[in-house]
Amino acid sequence: MLKTLATQAYDGAFNLFERPMLALQRLFGQSRIAWVFLLPNLLIFGLFTFLPIILNFVFATTGGDRILLADRPFVGTEHFASLLDCESYFDPNSCHRDLFWRAVGNTGWFVLMQVGFMILFSLITALILNRDIVLRGFFRAVFFYPVLLSPVVVALIWKWILQRNGVLNAGLEGAGFGTVNWLLEADWAFFWVVFVSIWCNMGFYVLILLAGLQSIPSDVYEAAEMDGTPRWRSLWRITLPLLMPTMLVVMVLSVIRAVQAFDEIYVLTGGGPGSATTLLIQYIYDVGFATRPRLYGLAAAASLLMAGVLFVLTMMQLAATRKQSGDN
Amino acid sequence: MKTTLTTTALGLVLAAGAAGAQELRFMCYQDGSECAAWGAQMATFEAENPGISVIVDEVPYASIIESLPVQLEVGEGPDLARVTDYGGLARFMLDVRPYVSDADAIEARYGQSLAWARVGDNNADGIYNIVDQLTATGGFANKTLFDQAGVEMPGAGATWAQWAEASRAVRDAVGVDFAMAIDRTGHRFAGPAMSYGAAYFDANGDPILVDDGFRTFAEQFVAWHEDGTLARDVWAGAGGGTYQDAAAEFINANLVMYYSGSWQIGRFGRDIGDAFDWVATGGICGPVACTGMPGGAGIVGFKQTEHPEAVGKLMEFMARDEVQGAVLAQTRNIPANSVLQEQGIAYQDVSDDVKAALTTFAASIPTFADSAYALQGYANNRAIYTSTPARITQAIVGELSLEDALTRLDADIAEAIAQ
Repeated sequence: MLKTLATQAYDGAFNLFERPMLALQRLFGQSRIAWVFLLPNLLIFGLFTFLPIILNFVFATTGGDRILLADRPFVGTEHFASLLDCESYFDPNSCHRDLFWRAVGNTGWFVLMQVGFMILFSLITALILNRDIVLRGFFRAVFFYPVLLSPVVVALIWKWILQRNGVLNAGLEGAGFGTVNWLLEADWAFFWVVFVSIWCNMGFYVLILLAGLQSIPSDVYEAAEMDGTPRWRSLWRITLPLLMPTMLVVMVLSVIRAVQAFDEIYVLTGGGPGSATTLLIQYIYDVGFATRPRLYGLAAAASLLMAGVLFVLTMMQLAATRKQSGDN
Repeated sequence: MKTTLTTTALGLVLAAGAAGAQELRFMCYQDGSECAAWGAQMATFEAENPGISVIVDEVPYASIIESLPVQLEVGEGPDLARVTDYGGLARFMLDVRPYVSDADAIEARYGQSLAWARVGDNNADGIYNIVDQLTATGGFANKTLFDQAGVEMPGAGATWAQWAEASRAVRDAVGVDFAMAIDRTGHRFAGPAMSYGAAYFDANGDPILVDDGFRTFAEQFVAWHEDGTLARDVWAGAGGGTYQDAAAEFINANLVMYYSGSWQIGRFGRDIGDAFDWVATGGICGPVACTGMPGGAGIVGFKQTEHPEAVGKLMEFMARDEVQGAVLAQTRNIPANSVLQEQGIAYQDVSDDVKAALTTFAASIPTFADSAYALQGYANNRAIYTSTPARITQAIVGELSLEDALTRLDADIAEAIAQ
């Protein structure tokens, strides 16, 4: 009875949409009807993604501190030239925009350290959590929990831990050790920025790697075990190669996310001491919004350069993925 | 037919009512209770001006600094706002002189602070701002710590060097973390820099930044960070032009002498209570002068308002002696209104510490250097205030030599002015 009612309701709903759909199909033709369905999404995508990109180009090629395009004089590639004006790209002091190049250098180091160590720790954690250990469910939740926290909350918590009179120094002092101004020494501040970023993002990547590990058929391991293959060799010859497509996804996502890092670092160190932890996004924010005059054009140019680098990196990683898929 | 006529008449009445009703949006930030105090006055204004209603939107200071200029740039935003960046917002401000009934009375009372908004293309006799909180930079000292340490507190007219020596002695004697701290902004840096001889403007009134006086204080400032006299956490604890203060350290009695400004008085009175005794130091002297920086928050109207006349009426209401007096008594701020300066304000429920501090800061304002007033009214002063901490901090943490930092600072300001 219930099933009959459900079928009738489904048929009724189908008939309700059938006529207008047929009318649309007659109006646009069968080959073009797909565009009608795509139109709402395309409009939203165009308005909120493509239009801002175009506006970004326009701002990058115009000058002044006004926001209305009509009030902004065309300056061509002046902002790009100003950003790239350097005697040596490895010495920010020799650059016209020294703070931009410091931010580029910091971002490069941050991506290398954060992505490298995060993938390593995520992999180790995922391998452990994939084993039949005690309280496995609990530990999986524990590692994922920081991902659920707002980056600002994460940064504030760590700031309380790391500040001069914070929990860490209190613990060190209590244990008879000397204290360190963790966020005031450039090297330590950078270390903690990387550490906190890994701490709050790692759970997400652990989850992806865990899913990848669980998708590896168990019979492969059983066959290896029967052949007497040592565990490290199974890891090296079976797990890692079969996990590589997942690792590449993790790498692409984590590189993009690392380049875009801003909120937790801004709250934790403010980009300091000096510019020791100022990354590219903060440079763009500072130039475009936090200082006077607001150099929207310069900020837009810097963001386009960053987008270009990100695009190249992503393409390289995707090419590697395709090559690997082809090899397999 | 009768129904149609009734409906039409009702519609016309409603439409007329809607057309007559003028709603003003007042974007307000507060250091203490300024928005609440102004909100309480709006009932009186609305009773005196039927048909005009005012909605006070309380926002964080960051919204005033970051969001408001963008809103105004695209023709949006409130009818009025409580701001501090007169130079930066000058081109959006409404001259309410045509809409006030007694412009001379406003001129007589607020003449000095009116000049802060008469910059750029604004009219030389325009009335753009009613300052409701005159501020002065200056020091606060923890008297209890001095007493505990048995160190004599430097008196009126003491120099920065004397305060540094005394504060270090107190810090070492009582074991607190910090001897001195200065807020991380070029505004707070400017007062002592001028006291060390920085001119900021040449004889023609054109801006110059790094001169011998500026350099001398910058050298001293970096040296005090190196020897631990100044709290490294404040300036080295952030990057770029980010503002950072040390109020929490002073409130927690972890700082001997704190250079900030009069807007902290209300907070200190509330948060310190009777935990310890504190005093305002008054002007601190350098080799050349004993100046701080004047400043202040004020209410401005904006050109894009649909009700300029109503905005004018509201600003004239806010400028009235009894209205300002009532708000200042509640907010415990220093008046910009000259009549109230002479009369004095009957501050409500204030401790002796707060009363003495308000008196000290109010007395210091007339002694400030001309260049301090010129910088306060300078259209590009925000560029100086944000670039100074960014570059000087690089010298403090060793990213740049002081010489390079000052060269970069000069270039930053030159570029900002060129914009």
